[in-house]
Amino acid sequence: MEASKVIHAIYNDDDILMSAVKRVKAERYHIEEIYTPFPVHGLDRAMGLAPTRIAITAFIYGLIGLTVATLMMNFIMIEDWPQNIGGKPSFSYLENMPAFVPIMFELTVFFSAHLMVITFYLRSRMWPFKSAENPDPRTTDDHFLMEIAVNGNEEALSSMLKDTGAVEINLVDKAH
Amino acid sequence: MYTFSNKLKTFSFILMILGALGVGYGFMTSHKSFEEVEHLLAEESHHGGGHGEANAHHATPSHDTHAKAEGSHGEEAHAHVDEHTKHVEHVQHQIANRPWSALYVAAFFFMMIALGVLAFYAIQIASQAGWSPVLFRVMEGITAYLLPGAIIVLLIAIASGTIGHYNIFIWMDPDVVAHDKLIQGKSGWLNLGGFAIRGIIFIAGWALYRHFARKFSIAQDNAEPGDKTNFKKAFRITAGFLVFFIYTESMMSWDWIMSVDPHWFSTLFGWYVFASMFVSGITVIALLSIYLKSRGYLAFVNENHLHDVAKFMFGISIFWTYLWFSQFMLIWYSNIPEEVTYFITRINDYRLPFFGMVVMNFVFPLLLLMNADYKRMPWFVVMAGIVILAGHYIDIFNMIMPATVGDRWFIGIPEIGSVLLFGGLFIFVVFMSLSKASLLAKGYPLMKESEDFHY
Repeated sequence: MEASKVIHAIYNDDDILMSAVKRVKAERYHIEEIYTPFPVHGLDRAMGLAPTRIAITAFIYGLIGLTVATLMMNFIMIEDWPQNIGGKPSFSYLENMPAFVPIMFELTVFFSAHLMVITFYLRSRMWPFKSAENPDPRTTDDHFLMEIAVNGNEEALSSMLKDTGAVEINLVDKAH
Repeated sequence: MYTFSNKLKTFSFILMILGALGVGYGFMTSHKSFEEVEHLLAEESHHGGGHGEANAHHATPSHDTHAKAEGSHGEEAHAHVDEHTKHVEHVQHQIANRPWSALYVAAFFFMMIALGVLAFYAIQIASQAGWSPVLFRVMEGITAYLLPGAIIVLLIAIASGTIGHYNIFIWMDPDVVAHDKLIQGKSGWLNLGGFAIRGIIFIAGWALYRHFARKFSIAQDNAEPGDKTNFKKAFRITAGFLVFFIYTESMMSWDWIMSVDPHWFSTLFGWYVFASMFVSGITVIALLSIYLKSRGYLAFVNENHLHDVAKFMFGISIFWTYLWFSQFMLIWYSNIPEEVTYFITRINDYRLPFFGMVVMNFVFPLLLLMNADYKRMPWFVVMAGIVILAGHYIDIFNMIMPATVGDRWFIGIPEIGSVLLFGGLFIFVVFMSLSKASLLAKGYPLMKESEDFHY
């Protein structure tokens, strides 16, 4: 199938990569994926990727943590067994609240941090024993790889990529 | 170059005049005679206001027992009369304290903004921050208020114990000290001479640093390209100043604020006051930059700089809350009588300002400034900034007022007048200073980085 063919353009400098991305976007080709050995500042913006919403999830997880802490301590300390412990006022949650704040804070942070990390793993499809999806091992060291789908325009595309400073251009059939 | 517009100048003068009228009104109406206060208390107890019960308890028995002055009842009556006299005198003193405290709170509030900005400025230089140099002249403008502002605070404090009737600091009253073992034990530190000398040392140190930092900053502007000697000099004195500042700021907070409650002490108080002044100062930097930019004077300041200042507002607001809560919770938890009275009076008599300021200084900025997009919107930062500033005014109000006016507090003409008076003076001094030098510190070595700053 023609559509399963992609071009792998390999660069060896992040500045060249950035200008190549801008050129490819300007010529209205669809970039499937870019593999880099380290975060290239501004690459997501140049590619036109949507901003992440992970901070919003973290905020919601924090609220969940706060709720868990509050409900837990309200049940244990106030409703279930309101003992007099060292004269602390266990008549209502509000009266004894300062003593609960450290736990409320920590559980907010705990839920926020851990659930956000787990969300990140799930959304990025990362887990132990997952087989790596790296098309070229050099991209973990010092090369940058741009993957563009080919739709019968192979020649025009590769000459354009050559123009942008790619050190290597490979046509890869992904359908195997 | 910035030119101080006549409109703003007039505005600051109007504020000062209105404020002075308010302050004058406060002083004129606070001198109540014994009979007037007695009458006032009796009236309050008739109306059954918040004070009613306590006053009725003091007032009625003394009048009843007047009639039957015989035997053991006579002594009891005497005791009641004494108690009644004491209560009225106490309230009389509180009423007389109000305009002094209102003046002091407002004077301290504006002084602390300038001091907080000076600390922030010094930290930016010492850490060689790459984003903030475009705001240096704004910061230098604000710190121009430090010298007059701090002198005013010290003068009000000393005047309250010399020409006033010990209206802010009870330990300045030799009569009180003579009957108070606890204050006697502290009189090695808490005495008027020492207070004045320490105050002069603090102010001299801060003002000297401010003077030379400003001088070197302007000299660096006019220096030959490549000549960085002024920058190096400023860097060196800044390191020294930060050490001096953290010691003197702590001592200043004991002297100027904590000693209004001479029986009470707290170890993290200096930090707490510092957090309050730091966040207020940063907020004023943000507000002033937004104002100047909206007038077209700060073309080189962009939303990325605003974003960073707003991040500081957000972070230091939380830092303030952390210290507020640490101080409150440790004392609440252990509940040692000699410490806990401080919070008991505040929670009983100042419930709304005491907890209201936590909402204004913590919950509000937390929810408003958490979103990165909101931090880049000027009107959003202005809105959060106004609430933060009002919240920190109430913070200082909560530190001073319970010790001086007790439950006789209100935010009325004396308080608002004082804020207008010093607010007007602050605007006048700051904008005067801003108009004296270019708003871009051109020669600063990190300026290019700051102009191109992008977050």
